[in-house]
Amino acid sequence: MPAEPGVLARPDREAVLPIAVERRGLRLPLFSLAMIALFVVAALVAPLLSLPDPTAQSLRARFTPPAWVDGGSREHLLGTDRLGRDLLSRIVWGARVSLAAGVVTVLLASAFGAAVGLAAGYYGGRVDATLMRITDATLSFPVILLALILAVTVGPSFTNVVIAIAVILWARYARVIRGQVLTLMRLDFVAQARLAGAGAWRIITRHLLPNTLGTLLVLVTLQIGYVIIVEASLSFLGAGIPPPTPAWGSMIAEGRDVVTRAWWVSLFPGLAILLVVLAFNLLGDWLRDTFDPKLRQL
Amino acid sequence: MLRFIFARLLQSLVALAIISVVVFALARATGDPLYLILPMSASQEDFDNARRYLGLDRPYVEQYLSFVGRAVTGDFGNSLRARRPVSDLIRERLPNSLKLAVFAMGVSLAMAFPLGVMAAVRKGTGLDRFAQVVSVLGQSLPTFWVAILLVEFVAGRLQWLPAGGIQGFTSYILPGFTLGWFVVAGLMRLLRSGMLEVLDSEYVKLARVKGVGEGRVIWLHALKNALIPVITFAGIYFAILVTTAIVVETVFAWPGLGRLAYEGISSRDFPVIQAVVLTTAVIVAVINLCVDCLYALIDPRIRHAR
Repeated sequence: MPAEPGVLARPDREAVLPIAVERRGLRLPLFSLAMIALFVVAALVAPLLSLPDPTAQSLRARFTPPAWVDGGSREHLLGTDRLGRDLLSRIVWGARVSLAAGVVTVLLASAFGAAVGLAAGYYGGRVDATLMRITDATLSFPVILLALILAVTVGPSFTNVVIAIAVILWARYARVIRGQVLTLMRLDFVAQARLAGAGAWRIITRHLLPNTLGTLLVLVTLQIGYVIIVEASLSFLGAGIPPPTPAWGSMIAEGRDVVTRAWWVSLFPGLAILLVVLAFNLLGDWLRDTFDPKLRQL
Repeated sequence: MLRFIFARLLQSLVALAIISVVVFALARATGDPLYLILPMSASQEDFDNARRYLGLDRPYVEQYLSFVGRAVTGDFGNSLRARRPVSDLIRERLPNSLKLAVFAMGVSLAMAFPLGVMAAVRKGTGLDRFAQVVSVLGQSLPTFWVAILLVEFVAGRLQWLPAGGIQGFTSYILPGFTLGWFVVAGLMRLLRSGMLEVLDSEYVKLARVKGVGEGRVIWLHALKNALIPVITFAGIYFAILVTTAIVVETVFAWPGLGRLAYEGISSRDFPVIQAVVLTTAVIVAVINLCVDCLYALIDPRIRHAR
């Protein structure tokens, strides 16, 4: 598991307002955007593409190598697996699973984490202490260990994978957002809002939340990649998305035993993971450097 | 200081208690383990006997209390599958995992320190860019995939290193690097940004003005303060290492705690799962406690804050 991006914010570090940077000419991360667009579009229109059925087995076509290798066929551009299923088609359909898992998990975790962080930072005192103790306890728990136990006890399924990861992941958001809110609370505009008679709910939603959105966006982008890797690891260990649904992690696992004979079976799904996650991480880095450079440590 | 340590110790104990309840509850929610350990032809009587023999017929609260009572003394019962005391399994596997973790930590420190520090010192140069490539790749490559490729190409086709198990020092290299590589990314990032901040500070400038050698300024004056955030995260890095170890140990057939967890989970071996998770939680808690104390020692602001 890679060092999780969100982990790197110093816990007691004074977060700083996302002050707009002086623009040094906006250089868009073209590779990231193109790659993400490619996978998202492929995932969305997967049923419309004239690809073979990702679960259709064909014993005669098993272990067909990629089209450019000897013995390859035009029908299966990236070759086939042990059951003769088309790899390209499985990778495209697998993108749906991976992207959906990444986006849904991160949205759930960030919404809950941001709420906890906002509450802890706004109310302070005992509320803050209690919430942060819970956050710390969650932070120190190895994600995969819990996700594995959950996935195996409640049974492997898409929903369970999402819940298992989100249950741990929210803590990162709570930590970072709380730090920011603590800084915001010392600023005049919060005091002024209070003088103007704004209640807790209004201050939190109208004044504090909008000021943390930049950070949230950076964290969300960086963590989509992380979640995709965790989901793939779980599927690889057999505790993720159950077969026959094509998922990149389980495809790599299926290719593991035959890697000497058919290297392409586990190579291509791995490349897909690498490209997508790399794209999200580079985009996240870029967002942070461009809009929120003070968060260098995220 | 003593009060601070005591408060932290109490927090750790509460956290461990919560984890023990969760672990116990989850392990019992998984379904009847008897279906896995008894043969298909077992009769109802066999089931009843086995249930009584393993203590699975008692109320949950009773099972939990006796579980905690025994766990404190290191007795986790017998593995349902191996039919041996779980504590024996842990005692066999834990040293292997620790050895691998220490080796991996050594590898990542040896890579992260020079790279992270020099990337900050020579900001914007080729070295800095190389460090950033290493860091972003470390966060984007799926561990298990890298592990499989290494086993196939370095161990299989090239036959340079053993593919799995422990047979002497060479077997540490592949799993150690796979495991360490992923910690490098985070560690390096942290060091680089810490160094950038510190190198910009007044006291570093003063040291330079005083005529202190550049090497001394970087490696002694600046690094000392850039290390503070790194120490804070030692606990979380360890949690990441443990997490990664499950996958790495599974692929490299490493007889450690991670693989024990994987085996336990795939065969629904309750006592083993409980023991592994609790052992891990205790280790993580102890490391976090040490880190907190160390941190408070270095940075007086922390211990006076609470």
